[in-house]
Amino acid sequence: MTRLFLHQLRVEQKVFWRNRESAVFIFIFPIMLFVLLASVYSDTITIDGVRWPAEYVLLAGMLSYGAANTAFAGLAITLVIRREAGLLKRLRSTPLPAQSYIAAVVASMLVVFALEAVALFAIGRLAFGTALPHDVLSLALLVLIGIAGFAGIGFAVASLIRSAEGSSAVVNVILLPMAFLAGSFGPARHLPKVLAWIAEVLPLKYFIELANTVYLDGDHVWSKPGPIAVVLAWGAAGLIVALRRFRWEPRES
Amino acid sequence: MSTAISVRDLRKSYNGVEAVRGISFDVSVGEVFGLLGPNGAGKTTTVEILEGYRPRDAGTVEVLGFDPEHAERAFRERIGVVLQQSELWPNLTVREVHLAFAGYYDRPRDVDEVISIIGLGEKAGSRVKTLSGGQRRRLDLGVALVGNPDLVFLDEPTTGFDPSARRNAWEMIRALRELGKTILLTTHYLDEAQQLADRVAVLRAGQIVTLGTPAALVAEEPRTQIRYRSNGEEIVIDTETPTAVLAELTAKAVASGVELEGLELRRPTLEDVYLDLVGSKLDEVDEE
Repeated sequence: MTRLFLHQLRVEQKVFWRNRESAVFIFIFPIMLFVLLASVYSDTITIDGVRWPAEYVLLAGMLSYGAANTAFAGLAITLVIRREAGLLKRLRSTPLPAQSYIAAVVASMLVVFALEAVALFAIGRLAFGTALPHDVLSLALLVLIGIAGFAGIGFAVASLIRSAEGSSAVVNVILLPMAFLAGSFGPARHLPKVLAWIAEVLPLKYFIELANTVYLDGDHVWSKPGPIAVVLAWGAAGLIVALRRFRWEPRES
Repeated sequence: MSTAISVRDLRKSYNGVEAVRGISFDVSVGEVFGLLGPNGAGKTTTVEILEGYRPRDAGTVEVLGFDPEHAERAFRERIGVVLQQSELWPNLTVREVHLAFAGYYDRPRDVDEVISIIGLGEKAGSRVKTLSGGQRRRLDLGVALVGNPDLVFLDEPTTGFDPSARRNAWEMIRALRELGKTILLTTHYLDEAQQLADRVAVLRAGQIVTLGTPAALVAEEPRTQIRYRSNGEEIVIDTETPTAVLAELTAKAVASGVELEGLELRRPTLEDVYLDLVGSKLDEVDEE
């Protein structure tokens, strides 16, 4: 089992970095956005009455966007494309157990996101002089919580999308407004009530809170059990949907 | 000879429509067995039940001693599958795809050996997305062989091929048989079944209408055709007693001093038998 998991993880990594679209869209795009936004906003941003240099807030925000972009968007699109191509079906007839495959796919996204976090901090430090996070354990846990929560939603959405062509559009229609409302691209102020309420329900706002806790406040991630619970609950809800609706075989055939 | 596949009274419905309606057959170890029939006859449903993809509604199925509905890894170690449609990772090379699949099995074949069996040696370093349709189909076959399976399922392995690609594929399938593999093949091409299969089951509307060697299917057919032209018009007589009919016909002709133009005596081809069996659905059969 472990051997098969590690084998598939290596395959997944090779497939991910070989594919220019996924490497650019999933890995480069959040870094690019961070550089752009941090160059535009040079002021301070106030969160809960505390003023922070804009680049610090944007770095934490982009970390959260990166988690959703990798584990939710990247995972969902990849799974739908593979399902519709018949690849998932083909793999089901090999001795590779379903759980080893799923675990390897998620772990591969975890590797991508961890590298992305490292790249964001490195670029922040080099280009904008931001500090490196000092609580590495909390940062690692933050990355894990993000992947766990968003991967669950990624599986659910992949189960609900019917065609490969539409997958990227559907996923981004969910991801971009969510990221905007939650404040990944800088805090969203004066939102109409309905939008504010939507942001309150979606998991990204809570993940940003965790990222701020770890990076801005320098606190342990476990000092915020409430937001952790919300993010993981979303992941669990997604998994429940996926367990009922996930298909290995193409829907359009 | 031991049995690789045993199917008894297999039934399967989708949304109340019976796709497979009580079929039975056995496939021996080392045999190439063909499931032949027009589209919608139930071939793919049958194969996918045997591969373990879908549960059956009724009947018993044993594949390599396993019930495919419940068999997990030990069963999958021993089968190789070529689906009608499946794409592999487009950005990996032919060799990398083989290595990926080889990693799933306990006792894989040597990857380079497999690549040379399927004739993609020169393409080993090329990415999947650069391969032609025929080459991708070979790749499908390669990854089905890389686990060194005892039984290989080929679901319409040459559909959409041009004639020369099809000949190549046939050569490859014959090579598989040389390796001692048991092969279950579905096809709607009669010549393919005739060329490759030791025995053929002809399916129509979810039932086996006949089963036997290609030669026996023809031999079972008692009818012989006598053809000749009279005043430029083609006369065709189907008869079970060709000797008597021909004697009468030629005696008359000789007596009246006429020559029977283009006289021909013809045994039915497998194609004639097949078209009779599947109800002459030429539109479905002749997709070429």
